[in-house]
Amino acid sequence: MGKASVIPFGPQHPVLPEPLHLDLVVQDETVVDVLPQIGFVHRGLEKLVETRDYNQFIYVAERICGICAMGHSLGYAETVESLMGVEVPSRAEYLRVIWHELSRIHSHLLWLGLAADAFGFESMFMHCWRLRERILDIFEKTTGGRVILSVVRVGGVNRDIEDSELKVICGVLDGIKAEYGEIMSTLLTDMSVKNRTVGVGALTTEQAIDLSMVGPFARASAVSYDVRSFGRGAYGHLADFQPITDAGGDCYARVKVRCLEVLQSIEIIQELAGKIPAGDIAVKVKGNPDPGARAANVLEQPRGECYYFAQGNGTKHLERMRMRTPTSQNLAGMLEALKGCDLADVNMIILTIDPCISCTER
Amino acid sequence: MGSFRLGAMTLRSLFKKPETLLYPTQTKAPYAGQKGHVVNEVSGCILCGMCQRVCPCHCITVDKAARTWGIQPFMCIQCGSCVASCPTSCLSMDPAPTAIATEKHAIELAVPEQEKQVSSSI
Repeated sequence: MGKASVIPFGPQHPVLPEPLHLDLVVQDETVVDVLPQIGFVHRGLEKLVETRDYNQFIYVAERICGICAMGHSLGYAETVESLMGVEVPSRAEYLRVIWHELSRIHSHLLWLGLAADAFGFESMFMHCWRLRERILDIFEKTTGGRVILSVVRVGGVNRDIEDSELKVICGVLDGIKAEYGEIMSTLLTDMSVKNRTVGVGALTTEQAIDLSMVGPFARASAVSYDVRSFGRGAYGHLADFQPITDAGGDCYARVKVRCLEVLQSIEIIQELAGKIPAGDIAVKVKGNPDPGARAANVLEQPRGECYYFAQGNGTKHLERMRMRTPTSQNLAGMLEALKGCDLADVNMIILTIDPCISCTER
Repeated sequence: MGSFRLGAMTLRSLFKKPETLLYPTQTKAPYAGQKGHVVNEVSGCILCGMCQRVCPCHCITVDKAARTWGIQPFMCIQCGSCVASCPTSCLSMDPAPTAIATEKHAIELAVPEQEKQVSSSI
């Protein structure tokens, strides 16, 4: 073995648009240890809860991360609703899940495009982002925004989607499904993709559980854990929901799980669009959270389970708002996956974990 | 093998309508509910200050004494809270985005005196 040397990865790196810094300790092109450093985009957003009331903070929560914007506003709203004992109308729950699943498709397609670009598949990157654009178009039409939707509020949602519009959305999703199927089968059967991903950065189920990994990263190591399967909100009205898992544990398994989750999300939206009940989309929320009242909530974000905690103090401002995002959970797993890999595989392993540094640092 | 399949998909795209617009010669008309910018129809404004209270980024200023309503468009996040809270519906969200500006500016509108509704009593 040669002498160990340290190679810095990031915070500015072509493969990852977000600032993550890793000190890679390498010996003969093999990574033997990894030291992470985060904190480049810390904005102190949780502290802002002291200066914005619980209705206003929803707009701060959705700015934690552009890709998970819908998820964060939904997770925060559900936590405050649970803190104040607010019951949300059924139609609002359906609409929230429809937008949230659309946001998952948009996040996975964005990731797939970036991953394809890293593989050297420039044309696949274009096709993925072309399909993603149709989802952003649905957002723009139904919420008025492309990425920051501002559609969830404490007690329900701000906008309704007409039943005729839901049919149009299902039609658009059918079109995406057909084209996406071709992209997915290309990616999963291509030899050059398999050469880069199969057996790379593999983690066992035991390691995934020990390292508390969440989301597609854990499900690719055969951990059948998905918050959606708890059946809360409109997810409880699905005929069947089974988390998508794979036993491979390597980069290929992670790519496969995310690819299949896009199809699963399309099915969820189409099923809920057919079942959505008529009625109100919001209830009026009066008063403030009780002093000392606490509430915790979990939500399946595109990258995995996100945990929310809120504490009231009797005023319109919350005493404390805390979020534990999926990437902060998955950092330990990422470091373990990197140990022992070739230096050339570092990019691929980090990409297939899909870290979101904005969420992690808040 | 997979690359050939993707190649076929790319070739098909040559015979389809372009997915993108040739901006700025072609522009997309905004959707009806799109968040463009906040507009105040001052003739209906009663200077109640609700919009100022609910605004999460504190970009609206209501001055009752000077009878002015102001907004800092570069701080506004187009969340629509002010529009939803307006009791007289004089605030609305225009779906068209504002024109590109070269410098930051604030908007201040003079609010005319409302004609008092005198109820006739018999």
